[in-house]
Amino acid sequence: MNEFLPQFLQQLINGLSLGSIYALIAIGYTMVYGIIGMINFAHGEVFMIGAYVGLVTLTAIGAAAGLPVWLLVVIAVLVSVLVTSAYGWAIERVAYRPLRGSPRLVPLISAIGMSIFLQNYVHLAQGSRDMPMPDLITGYLFQHEFANGFTVSMSNSRALIIFVAIALMVALTLYIGRSRMGRACRACSQDMGMANLLGIDTNRVISFTFVLGAALAAVGGVLIGLSVGKINPFIGFVVGVKAFTAAVLGGIGSIPGAMLGGALLGITETFASAYLPTEYKDVVAFSLLVLILLFRPTGLLGRPDVEKV
Amino acid sequence: MSRPNAIKNASLAALVTAVLTIPMLGLRLQPGGGLEHDWLLVLFACAAVFAVQLTGDRLGFLARLKPTFRLPAVVGEGGPWPYVIALLVALAWPFVAPRDWLDVSVLAMIYVLLGLGLNIVVGFAGLLDLGYVAFYAVGAYTYALLSLYFGFSFWECLLIGGGLAATFGVLLGFPVLRLRGDYLAIVTLGFGEIIRLILNNWDSLTHGPDGINNIPKPTLLGFEITKRASSEGARTLWEALGITYNSAYQGMALYLIVLLLVVFTLFVINRLVRMPVGRAWEALREDEIACRSLGLNPTTVKLSAFALGAFFAGIGGVFFAAKQGSITPESFVFVESAVVLAIVVLGGMGSQFGVILAALALTIIPELAREFSEYRMLVFGLVMVLMMIWRPQGLLPASRPRLELPQ
Repeated sequence: MNEFLPQFLQQLINGLSLGSIYALIAIGYTMVYGIIGMINFAHGEVFMIGAYVGLVTLTAIGAAAGLPVWLLVVIAVLVSVLVTSAYGWAIERVAYRPLRGSPRLVPLISAIGMSIFLQNYVHLAQGSRDMPMPDLITGYLFQHEFANGFTVSMSNSRALIIFVAIALMVALTLYIGRSRMGRACRACSQDMGMANLLGIDTNRVISFTFVLGAALAAVGGVLIGLSVGKINPFIGFVVGVKAFTAAVLGGIGSIPGAMLGGALLGITETFASAYLPTEYKDVVAFSLLVLILLFRPTGLLGRPDVEKV
Repeated sequence: MSRPNAIKNASLAALVTAVLTIPMLGLRLQPGGGLEHDWLLVLFACAAVFAVQLTGDRLGFLARLKPTFRLPAVVGEGGPWPYVIALLVALAWPFVAPRDWLDVSVLAMIYVLLGLGLNIVVGFAGLLDLGYVAFYAVGAYTYALLSLYFGFSFWECLLIGGGLAATFGVLLGFPVLRLRGDYLAIVTLGFGEIIRLILNNWDSLTHGPDGINNIPKPTLLGFEITKRASSEGARTLWEALGITYNSAYQGMALYLIVLLLVVFTLFVINRLVRMPVGRAWEALREDEIACRSLGLNPTTVKLSAFALGAFFAGIGGVFFAAKQGSITPESFVFVESAVVLAIVVLGGMGSQFGVILAALALTIIPELAREFSEYRMLVFGLVMVLMMIWRPQGLLPASRPRLELPQ
């Protein structure tokens, strides 16, 4: 009984930091789905590219200048956000925009092709082996030792992930709620045709959605890379599916839903891997996806989706 | 578009390309740390994008190339002769083919089988299945385990494996097929991973990552096709035919068995497509709401297509296990599903002839261009995107049975 509480707290911390990453990526899925009703399968690869660009940036500037650590991290994140946003924009432009208005299956297959292409592009350009990320963020925010010898700790890198994720989500919620572009986004997700008639440049809104999703995924990619310590070109696939699960869990199309779903999935997964063999933690996430779709396909915060003629 | 404007746009596109490629192609991470520069590729990519953007208007002829050639109707017209000739060529092939090609031919035929099976799901019913390889794995492991633990024979397992794969298809499809199509894609993707993870980790049953070895080869007409009979009383085909064993013979026998499976598959699918259930698949793909108002139950119709596709994947898996003699979970990764999907997309969704040709092409071309093998998946991905933009109906689209009013 005594060891239960510290272990529980520790898993909660780990789960929250993992969940924050899922939430950051899930927002990309959910916004794109909310606006053009399509699953952007390549989004997981965008996250992976974000991590790689961060690492390349760190390697490029790391050795040369004796910059303070926080500045290094900020530069890496900013460069990664910039480049990865360009990827998000280009993917939409090349692979999805020409297919606007075709049957559902067509953009979906294009997205899968894009995902395979990007994964292999990074694999060929940067090699397939694990690349170590420099261990920049060290130390612990707090460490508490319980009377029975168990410690609960939160490393600085985990704390940073949670903090950045929460800050970004607050900013995003404000932006979508208050700004002109945010209003345009909401209008498009309600009725694209009507928004267009009212003078909203829908193509721009769609591009913006892709760019925003890619930028958030890039932040997640760099931070998780720094926290885990290594990246490879195949991380995008599984993380992508899980972030999608998070989006569905929260209710696809809903931004608060993506945040909630991400946190819930992260916590579920860490608890599952603490009490089950670790190999099965992916099975847990995927099974969760099937179960949600079975019992509550609209997710926790989603609105029912009625297909109209 | 005016000239300066076009140049401005093209420059902008080239600039974006530079941003995209510099941290990937331009700066390469080295395994020991540090970076290596490679500006030539970046320059090349930018120049290519610039050129394409500038001449974009003139590339419009590509768009005009859209489906001008169509296959003659495979259904009906033309009599049985094309089929008979194709079958004869396929039958004669192993006896004239060079020995190295036998193995590739067997592999190509497995992909034909998988492509035809997935074509039911993606092509006819319009359901995107990204975990097709899971059913293939179910079939393969069914044979491997049943023959290992209970000594079941190949032909018995063919039905059991197919049936089991179809059962999995029904179990998975039932909850998901009631939902929007996109969910199916991601759930099947997850299912494919679950199956692979279970195979990889259930050591006591599947031997984990080591896989299962010494899976017996199939029998042909009750005779074994190995060099020596495995047990007392069993006879090999070669003894029965009175010829001395030659290592190429086994490949020929395997080829004939898989050809038989492909012909069986084609026969079944061709009959089904002309039956009400087959018509319902295609109708549902075109317009679900109209189908529902005509009294079709979409879930049942989709489920039948999904299960049938899984059945053929299971059969393919059983044969694959028997042909390889040993299987590991590594054979059933997502890439395999993607390759089969690329076959269906390239061949033309719903077009069986197209799918067969695409399956042959996509197994034989990588074999010819081995030195480029690492670019294989890159090209597959690119082909899928380009096909969707340029010819979403595939290279050889299916011609649907139709009536034309007299003018």
